[in-house]
Amino acid sequence: MRFSTFLLKYGEIGIKGKNRYLFEDALVRQVRRALSDVDGEFKVYKSQARIYVDCVGEYDFEDAAAHLKRVFGLVGICPVVRLTDTGFEGLKKDVVAYMDETYPDKNLTFKVETRRAKKSYPKNSMEISRDLGEAVLYAFPEIRVDVHHPDVMLNVEVRTDGIYVYSQVIPGAGGMPVGTNGKAMLLLSGGIDSPVAGYMIAKRGVEIEAVYFHAPPYTSERAKQKVIDLAKIVSRYAGPIKLHVVNFTDIQLYIYDQCPHEELTIIMRRYMMRIAEHFSQKDGCLGLVTGESIGQVASQTMQSLAATNDVCKEPVYRPLIGFDKRDIVELAEKIGTFETSIQPFEDCCTIFVAKHPVTKPNVEVIRRSEEKLCEKIEELVKTAVETAEIIKVG
Amino acid sequence: MKEVYLDNSATTRAYGCVGELVKKVMCEDYGNPSSMHRKGVEAEKYIKEAKETLARLWKVKEKEIFFTSGGTESDNLALIGAARANNRSGKHLITSAIEHPAIINTMRYLEEEGYRVTFLPVDRYGRIRLEALKEALCEDTILVSVMYVNNEVGSVQPIQEAAGIVKAYNKNILFHVDAVQGFGKYRIYPKKLKVDMCSISGHKIHGPKGIGALYIDERVKIKPIVFGGEQQKNIRSGTENVAGIAGLSLAARTIYENLDEKVEKMRGLKQHFIEGVTKIKNTTVHGLYDETSAPHIISVGFAGIRSEVLLHALEEKGIYVSSGSACSSNHPQVSGVLRGIGAGQEFLDATLRFSMSEFTTLEEIDYTLDTLYNIVPMLRKYTRR
Repeated sequence: MRFSTFLLKYGEIGIKGKNRYLFEDALVRQVRRALSDVDGEFKVYKSQARIYVDCVGEYDFEDAAAHLKRVFGLVGICPVVRLTDTGFEGLKKDVVAYMDETYPDKNLTFKVETRRAKKSYPKNSMEISRDLGEAVLYAFPEIRVDVHHPDVMLNVEVRTDGIYVYSQVIPGAGGMPVGTNGKAMLLLSGGIDSPVAGYMIAKRGVEIEAVYFHAPPYTSERAKQKVIDLAKIVSRYAGPIKLHVVNFTDIQLYIYDQCPHEELTIIMRRYMMRIAEHFSQKDGCLGLVTGESIGQVASQTMQSLAATNDVCKEPVYRPLIGFDKRDIVELAEKIGTFETSIQPFEDCCTIFVAKHPVTKPNVEVIRRSEEKLCEKIEELVKTAVETAEIIKVG
Repeated sequence: MKEVYLDNSATTRAYGCVGELVKKVMCEDYGNPSSMHRKGVEAEKYIKEAKETLARLWKVKEKEIFFTSGGTESDNLALIGAARANNRSGKHLITSAIEHPAIINTMRYLEEEGYRVTFLPVDRYGRIRLEALKEALCEDTILVSVMYVNNEVGSVQPIQEAAGIVKAYNKNILFHVDAVQGFGKYRIYPKKLKVDMCSISGHKIHGPKGIGALYIDERVKIKPIVFGGEQQKNIRSGTENVAGIAGLSLAARTIYENLDEKVEKMRGLKQHFIEGVTKIKNTTVHGLYDETSAPHIISVGFAGIRSEVLLHALEEKGIYVSSGSACSSNHPQVSGVLRGIGAGQEFLDATLRFSMSEFTTLEEIDYTLDTLYNIVPMLRKYTRR
């Protein structure tokens, strides 16, 4: 049996009133992008409030389905068998064969649902459903009908270009199509959390850019490569990501020289936010995204988050804020970033971390500590921003 | 930027002539040496020539030479193949505590197979204690494996004495030498040393990666560990890596040309480097400095700097070295060798290995020293506190 078409179902877009076409068009673009890596030729188009993907010639079904499952905005992916109209007797035979092949175990309930777009077809929808149901029942004695809660909803669409039969629904990624909700700047480290945060934001239709801080010689080329690899995995869902790689060493060492050691991490993070915000504004992003969750580490207590947040004018989105580590790990495994995240490379937040960092920083105190940096910090930040390396990922 | 490659114990740059020869074999003389036609015969000539070369350099017979995929496979074949072929005589194996993982982990595997393994301790210079070897030998012992030159600290093992002790105890006990780091720096004559098996690798001597050789004395009983088309007298099945074999042979011939001169030059540079580097406070050179250590390896501990950080700082200046012990913050794995030689705690995670080749110059060494003088004090200032 060959699935020549995918019928794609979308969720929330359906309720978007007059802007709906914008969302649909974005979804079509995302579906095309997702399928561009799959061997085969695919025609993606809108028709009657649905999106169809026609698969021309040979293609890899599993691979195509796997790619479609990553497209935000899709709730269901239905592989469709397209039959040539050879009269109703022929259709009955084909539908019985379809049921036989798709459901080897016939101990199930079903219902036939017909849509007739081709009004010239000799039977109406009700008749088609009824007669096909009868044919299936006749062919397989174990099968039963349940019109209220069927195990299998056998959909039959009579269209001018053929008869579409489908019953399977592969769950989609949900969310909204990327490109329908502006852009945000993700602070991407090599850890487990930030790639998941990027995924979560992208899922709501937000395009993402990212910034990574490295600190050679304290962090290695491999640590940077790991972040590029993570961005690449996130981009499978979120689309191409512009990654800013900022050399943070001099800023970090200057803070180390001038400020109380237990405040190092907080002050560092404040400068990371400032630099991220700089890129965010420059590229027209509407907010920052971090992988923080309350209380996970010293720098993510409510006080620490407030102290970090203090330097930002743009909203800071923290999609994992209420997640337990376990939940984050589960998501990371699901989206495929976990294996990469746990490669053991030092990241710039941990290299000089104090044995007892402040856990309840006072914003006023931190601001006063930062005054000690006034002599050189502006110049250092400027250099860091100007020398940032831009990498296009995905 | 200047490039100073001081990681020649990890791998070496291939000789230009080796690269050209490998290409010629791959693109022109690409026949399968087992083929009956002329293309096969042409290819086979390279293998014959390589056997002649190694036989001459080792003073052994051509039929005692086998080609493998590298030092690791040579070690695996020697240990596993000989242990399995001789286990009716006993199931006790001896090696040192500072062997390369290709030996250590193979021995651990054999332990799982039911063999008993003794890991000999070393002295503070990284040399096995011969007394301990004597004590370890027993009726059940069938195989002893000791490396020629230690890859981390450059200590040279007393192979002749060790093999002498073993053979005096029982001439049937096999003696294997992992000479991956020693080959190309020393003239190694297995028969004279009373060594039964000897492993080498192509890419440590400016040859290709993915090729190695194993000398197996014709009297040694050995079983294959890979199975297939029964090439190489069924000791090592698989179509021979002809290009690699040709490259290995040419590299071996080239590295032994004017060997004494090359070694003398490296010794001079090593001495110079050690004198220079010990001017930096709180540094130590592991192992021996003198003639009894390898001419190309210098292992230096810099107290107070994580080796990985210093490594990357040198990298920024174009200098490539290895950390003396594979170590990272998430998986603290301190070198067994440094522990084995009783290095101070402050050096376990703070040691770099500088390893030279015949191409290393005085200018490169001076540049490296100057760079160290600059960055070591800077890096020591910034530490976790």
